[in-house]
Amino acid sequence: MAQVPSRSWQEVVDTGKRGDVPEGLWTRCPQCEAMVYRKNVEQNLYVCPECDYHHRIGADERVKQLCDPESFEPMWSDLAPVDALGFVDLKPYKDRLIAEQKKTGHRDAVLCGKGFIKGRGVVLVSMDSRFMMGSMGSVVGEKVTRAIELATETDQPLVVVSCSGGARMQESALSLMQMSKTSAALARLDESGGLFISVLSDPTTGGVTASFAMLGDVIMAEPKALIGFAGPRVIANTVRQELPEGFQRSEHVLEKGFIDRIVHRKDLRNEIGRVIDYAGK
Amino acid sequence: MTTANGYTGTYELEFERPLLQLERQIVELESHSGDAGVDIGTEVRKLRQNHTAMLKKIYAKLGPWNVVKVARHPGRPQATDYIHGFVKDFCELHGDRHFGDDPAVITGFGRIGSHKCLIVAHNKGKEIRERVACHFGCAHPEGYRKALAKMKLAEKFGLPIVTLVDTPGAYPGIGAEERGQAQAIALNLREMSRLRVPIVSAIIGEGGSGGALGIAVADRMAMMQYAWYSVISPEGCAAILWKSGEAAEQAAESLKLTASDNLKHNTVDEGLDEPLGGAHRNPSAAVEKLERWITQSLRELKRFKIDNLVNNRYERLRRMGQCG
Ligand SMILES: [Zn+2]
Repeated sequence: MAQVPSRSWQEVVDTGKRGDVPEGLWTRCPQCEAMVYRKNVEQNLYVCPECDYHHRIGADERVKQLCDPESFEPMWSDLAPVDALGFVDLKPYKDRLIAEQKKTGHRDAVLCGKGFIKGRGVVLVSMDSRFMMGSMGSVVGEKVTRAIELATETDQPLVVVSCSGGARMQESALSLMQMSKTSAALARLDESGGLFISVLSDPTTGGVTASFAMLGDVIMAEPKALIGFAGPRVIANTVRQELPEGFQRSEHVLEKGFIDRIVHRKDLRNEIGRVIDYAGK
Repeated sequence: MTTANGYTGTYELEFERPLLQLERQIVELESHSGDAGVDIGTEVRKLRQNHTAMLKKIYAKLGPWNVVKVARHPGRPQATDYIHGFVKDFCELHGDRHFGDDPAVITGFGRIGSHKCLIVAHNKGKEIRERVACHFGCAHPEGYRKALAKMKLAEKFGLPIVTLVDTPGAYPGIGAEERGQAQAIALNLREMSRLRVPIVSAIIGEGGSGGALGIAVADRMAMMQYAWYSVISPEGCAAILWKSGEAAEQAAESLKLTASDNLKHNTVDEGLDEPLGGAHRNPSAAVEKLERWITQSLRELKRFKIDNLVNNRYERLRRMGQCG
């Protein structure tokens, strides 16, 4: 592994926000700043070959990486968001949705369906941070709930890969209600003896962390993912002090006792399969 | 202004200024009522009529941002006022058995009407020292864990649960994060959904985000007329979407956070009218109103078989949201 130059924590947090690996033949790693051949990053599951930085990936790429080839069957893809509140900030929500849909080719910020991971049948939920920061509004909440209910009915393991800035502000209290809705569905899955593996990727914050993401029977996280309730900036403004190094990152959250394992992206399939086997599902 | 909840401050809502001016005039006039040869009866009566008319007019077209301000009025009755007002023989229970006792959440046994129950409430605090200790109503994980621990007690002993919501949001701090703020709230959402006792919940002031929801999964949800309930505070929303705290008023409009908006989208079941000019003008009327709603709701919910009650609670949540 290459020597990682020291950068301030805020710098790392800020550059991480750029999301996907930018277009171009070569790309600069936001963590180690090495110039890396783009193909090499792609073939390495979008992990920097120099420093192991885990780039953010879209829901399709995630599904491709996790599932056995051609085994994923998307469900409820027709569910579309509506602007129930007529929300307008600097841009109307309605226009925002159209732009995001065009950009991602998806109707909203989550992909759900049935698939196989190392030959084991699962119900898989994959959030997409490219669509309005993976925020949870009515559609995300509804699809996640349906996935939980499907896992409960079919006694299949539920795997949710979270990646979200939290509840979607543009649907206000309707978004908030998705937190209790998904959590209530998980109570039923739990009662049926079902298995829920929650995988946290960068970033998992706000209303998603404070609902289904933190309710896994087993919680895994990718290295150095931002995991928390409030965003780092809000916290820094409230407590008016600098945040400790590594604060709200996977390693720190594990140390505090809130996740089970930190798993490198290349090991996710194996680790999920292993837990499914131990749970006897 | 002196209110029944003991608040004697001089806090002025900007849009209430002309009203307060009239109020001072009335007080001034009345102080001369004993003076020889002065008949002020007619004058005072006239001023009072003006006052009432003005009050009605102002409150009839209160915008969302002003509703937020009323919800935050320091003279507005808080959970402790409601508890003093209608809970008999309140037996407070402290501590989460893990870390500490968060004063921002109050829990305890008590009787409301003829119902023995468990009360869970956000606490903002009154004077400055208490307000600081309560982080102005922003609970830590230990507050949510205390709430859950006592709610499980209530379940064990078959006591219905009454929660009073009044928080700008859960506390965003280093310790709160390190002790699992998100996990604490998430667990409450999951566990409250399956508690085998009736739960009623009322938003009495601020219903901010996951911090509010953490004690607000219920069979029946009510909201006071000038309370607000939303996914984020208007200031927080403005900072993120408008990149400026100045836009809080616009954010309050967009968030559709008033009682009537929440009723329209079925995120609450019932709106409770406040006395003319808001609960801070007549706390005892607000106390009475809420008590009546709680006792009536508990009476109705107790008729359900527990299995049906818990099923209905799930179905209620299941309907939440709007998709195309
Ligand atoms: Zn790198």
